[in-house]
Amino acid sequence: METLEWLKIIVGSAFLLCGVVIFFTEIFGVFHFKYVLNRMHAAAMGDTLGITSCLIGLMIFSGFNYTTLKILLIIIFLWFASPVSSHVLSRLEVATNENLSEHCEIYEDLTILEQELACSETAESRKEEQS
Amino acid sequence: MSKKRPSEEYHKTFAYHFFRWLSGEKDPYLGNLEMKPQPEYKTDSALQLRHEKEHDAILDKVYDTEHNKVLKLFHRLYHATSILFCLFLMALLLVTISHLPATGAAQKPVNNEVAGRYIEKGLEETGAVNIVAGMILDYRAFDTLGESHVLFVATITVLILLRLDKNKKGELSSLAKDMNPNDRVYEPKNDAILQLVATFLVPIIIIFGIYIILNGHLGPGGGFSGGAVIGAGLILYLNAFGFQKTERFFTEKTYKWICFFSLSFYCLAKSYSFFTGANHLHSIIPKGTPGAILSGGLILPLNIAVGLVVACTMYAFYAMFRKGGF
Repeated sequence: METLEWLKIIVGSAFLLCGVVIFFTEIFGVFHFKYVLNRMHAAAMGDTLGITSCLIGLMIFSGFNYTTLKILLIIIFLWFASPVSSHVLSRLEVATNENLSEHCEIYEDLTILEQELACSETAESRKEEQS
Repeated sequence: MSKKRPSEEYHKTFAYHFFRWLSGEKDPYLGNLEMKPQPEYKTDSALQLRHEKEHDAILDKVYDTEHNKVLKLFHRLYHATSILFCLFLMALLLVTISHLPATGAAQKPVNNEVAGRYIEKGLEETGAVNIVAGMILDYRAFDTLGESHVLFVATITVLILLRLDKNKKGELSSLAKDMNPNDRVYEPKNDAILQLVATFLVPIIIIFGIYIILNGHLGPGGGFSGGAVIGAGLILYLNAFGFQKTERFFTEKTYKWICFFSLSFYCLAKSYSFFTGANHLHSIIPKGTPGAILSGGLILPLNIAVGLVVACTMYAFYAMFRKGGF
């Protein structure tokens, strides 16, 4: 039984440490990148993966009870809410920034993008067939 | 002992940059990020002149201070009275402070018997397991009524400031027409991802808010926090689906009637319990068994009333800041 307790503590703290490392990466990324969309990408990573691994660590610590279920619900809520809010924010940025072409590639017509994607897909499938 | 490095080599190392950053000599992010300093605020001199002219014109036409002797007298009296009032208030507050008990004195408000009674007899007298709910909605319900009214009055004030007025023919006023086209047109509309997520997140959020309100007398929660959660759910729905969809069930009229009924219900219910309590009459409101969902006497209905007011106020604030109306 004691080994199980030790295992619980070790695995839980490993998850927590992993989450903290991801949070550090997020903060570094937010201050390192220069353009808002890149920075948002870094921030969204911490909000989903970092907080999830922290909460999984806490779930392992608390054991099998109602608190664990509640933390699981929090994770599900965060996984829905955080990416969607990032998506809406980035859409607003794309819609309002006049100098967007300085920062990233823009396709005026989406059919061009679709064609390019289709071309790359067919090229990949050909490579697979050849190999 | 380690060898001393030449300074040029040392300037390239990580430790040099790190200690410079630590001592605050150089911020590596300063000037490197996208953040721009705010442009200096410039006042348009022509516009300022126009404003001053209008101000003078209003003084001349409306008040006519040169010919209206009574108004002139009133203005002077007004200034004198305001100065006197301020002095009186300052004196009153200073006198009150000098009469406060000294630090650690036995008759300080901290040491009176009220707090002990709340903890010892709170469950017996109010029927609420959550002592805080018993305090704010039973012992000190008058306070909470004032708080709900503060929210209601705040919305009304913001409504006066932000509302886009229409005249009797239903046209916007000339001021609203002159306004610069706002950036509301750039907002992402009919976002498929947001709509899909909102369709199943909004009901969950609102049910969670209702749970917080109904659970207020049994555990942490209550009208204010639950109402804020419901308001957030409504705002999410509004963001995803736009004003046309929300106006099917929530308009200015709904807001008005919900606030009116909740606040007047609160007033009447609490007046009844104060009246019976002060006159030692038997109250018909049952206490119920502590711990059951239908217990705590008036606390549950009052929580619902407060929650409705708070939810509507949250939503109304958002709608007014975004559109200038409902």
